[in-house]
Amino acid sequence: MLTNILTKEDTHKQLFTMGHTGCSGCAQSMAVKLIMQVLGKNTIATSATGCLEVFSTKFPESSWNIPWIHSLFENSAAIASGIEAALQITGKKEGTTVLSQAGDGGTADIGLQALSGMFERGHDVLYVCYDNGAYMNTGYQRSGLTPYDSYTTTSPSGKISFGNNRPKKYMPEIAMAHKIPYTAVASAGYPIDLQKKVKKTLSIKGPKYLQVDVPCVPGWKYEPRYSVKIAQLAVQSGLYPLFEAEYGKITSVKKISKKVPVEEYLKLQGRFKHLFKNEAGKAEIEKIQKIADENIEQFGLL
Amino acid sequence: MKKVLEGSMAISDSIRMTEPKVISAYPITPQTHIVEHLSQMVADGDLKAEYVMVESEHSAASVVLGASACGVRTYTATAAQGLLYMEEVIYNIAGMRLPVVLTVANRAVSAPISIWNDMQDSMALRDSGTIQLVAENNQEAYDMHIQAYKIAENPNVMLPVMVCVDGFVLTHTFEVVETIDDIEKVREYLPPLNMKYTLDVNNPFSFGTVGEPSVYIETRFRLSNAINNCKSIIVDAANDYKEMFGKYEGALIDTYKMDDADTVIVAMGSVLGTIKDVVDGLRESGKKIGVLKIRSFRPFPADEIVDALKNIKNAIVIEKAVSLGKGGILSCEIRDALYQHRINSVNVNGYVMGLGGRDITPKNIYDLIIKAEKEEDVDGEFFGLNNELLNKVF
Ligand SMILES: Cc1ncc(C[n+]2csc(CCOP(=O)(O)OP(=O)(O)O)c2C)c(N)n1
Ligand code: SF4
Ligand SMILES: [Mg+2]
Repeated sequence: MLTNILTKEDTHKQLFTMGHTGCSGCAQSMAVKLIMQVLGKNTIATSATGCLEVFSTKFPESSWNIPWIHSLFENSAAIASGIEAALQITGKKEGTTVLSQAGDGGTADIGLQALSGMFERGHDVLYVCYDNGAYMNTGYQRSGLTPYDSYTTTSPSGKISFGNNRPKKYMPEIAMAHKIPYTAVASAGYPIDLQKKVKKTLSIKGPKYLQVDVPCVPGWKYEPRYSVKIAQLAVQSGLYPLFEAEYGKITSVKKISKKVPVEEYLKLQGRFKHLFKNEAGKAEIEKIQKIADENIEQFGLL
Repeated sequence: MKKVLEGSMAISDSIRMTEPKVISAYPITPQTHIVEHLSQMVADGDLKAEYVMVESEHSAASVVLGASACGVRTYTATAAQGLLYMEEVIYNIAGMRLPVVLTVANRAVSAPISIWNDMQDSMALRDSGTIQLVAENNQEAYDMHIQAYKIAENPNVMLPVMVCVDGFVLTHTFEVVETIDDIEKVREYLPPLNMKYTLDVNNPFSFGTVGEPSVYIETRFRLSNAINNCKSIIVDAANDYKEMFGKYEGALIDTYKMDDADTVIVAMGSVLGTIKDVVDGLRESGKKIGVLKIRSFRPFPADEIVDALKNIKNAIVIEKAVSLGKGGILSCEIRDALYQHRINSVNVNGYVMGLGGRDITPKNIYDLIIKAEKEEDVDGEFFGLNNELLNKVF
């Protein structure tokens, strides 16, 4: 299934190398590696504060074989804007990709203003949001992209609660509303699709938004070996639609090859285990199934 | 060439002479005129720069951070709420040792909201590792920005420099300013920025990595050394400038009529002009009084201040900001400097005045001197309050 199975020697030559301190099974680190394989060495990257930044740059070590900068939690897109401006005025932009990265919290919550500004000003930047559905670096707190009914440490399930009581923020649609040249949603469970989308960004000038679903082992509470499987089930259930859009209009969707009930997806993860305790939980699962069915309908996934 | 310039025009004109490559701009009174003038220069092709109109001050500071890390000269400007909104990024810029220059058009901090001048905003960032220079008049504001880049970009410094100019009092006031006509002379004074580490695809480095407990404190120690040790570079920048352009308004400090003085008024910024007028009058009537101007607030020139004050009796410190819950900021630091040298013969009195744009008149200064000479160890007492207003029940 994976196209990029590598020998140990190869991994040391990667632009994003092994040896970092991410959890085993971390889908975010898989996605970064896949993205960097496509972007190549003429890339300057920014990272917001978050898991990726912390696990990849423990001084004096760094997993980045490209110029990389971390500044703060909410300004990845603004730092990238400044880099792009500097490259433009010095004539170095041609042939160089500016990659701006953040987690879901750094993107959809605290960094949304800076991101919107970067989109609106039209910077030639590829922005990647690694969506693991919570503030993982600080210990699994709820973000605007936490899915409905997920347990997090600030949206716990309890005697009178099923966890996060709000649906996930429609972040790709927010990006599309800026009428930027390219928006895409991908998944760490589908590396070929992910890399195809990244490759596409290389031929498009202007702001590009890519959101990648990246399961998180301790945050979602599952065994490390299930990272890819869970990412795939998110897509096959209709809970995480993968699509592309240009200038605000959807241009392609990844069809579901074999529709699975959301239960299959939910039951592998500890963050949803409170839904499997009683009848009331069953009713909640039905609500989640409805979210999936609406996605399937809206995006024409079948 | 001598021109009659609004302070903001003088500043933007000197920035044009330094040829920044990336400018980020966000409006806030009383800073806005500066970035408006710069945008016109870019629109007319008089300044070749990327002018980035950001969506907030947080991003204004972040854009210059990113651009500076690429090794290009950068500029931004702000005031008050804008500066406080930038604070997180300013600390970051200093920690990453990036030579960004920014102007702060000093303005009071909310609440209550006030667009008028005092120094509470820049004072709030005094511990950030940013060099803070304070201009007295528009000429100095013009010259100081060119010197700011010279200091910031020195390989032994590599720190952001904040040039503080009093909002409205300087930014919106027209004064005669002698500008530099020959950009080549500025280029000679200020050679192109040459950074050792930049974001370069041919030589990749990681910037802003995690600092574990095993390395963090050493990094901060180096930062602390860099700002403490740049005093001589600030002095050199002022002296070289004098040699090249014939202008000098002090380096770390400046003294006025202090030779045989027993009373000295200590202040920063535009209020010095009013103080000097009062001192001139008092000198004529035989009073031994002088003025000490603090030009560099960070690094704090403790030794130079002690040297200037050690033989006087009374130091009257004008505080245009207050450390709430403590008292005077400047007077406290001066007292500390004297203590370090075990000098206890100087009576230091600090008075908080002029907050939120309240005029500091010659009569205020005169009354203050009479009062202060009778008091001891005043720690940031508010002066010039309207008692009628205070006694009113709302
Ligand atoms: C201004 C600010 N607020 C809060 C934090 C604390 N903080 C650091 S990382 C983080 C969570 C990051 O979450 P996300 O962006 O989703 O990335 P993840 O770690 O999940 O990959 C938080 C809350 C911070 N560093 N800065
Ligand atoms: S906590 Fe989650 S996102 Fe962070 S390194 Fe571990 S698996 Fe990856
Ligand atoms: Mg997250």
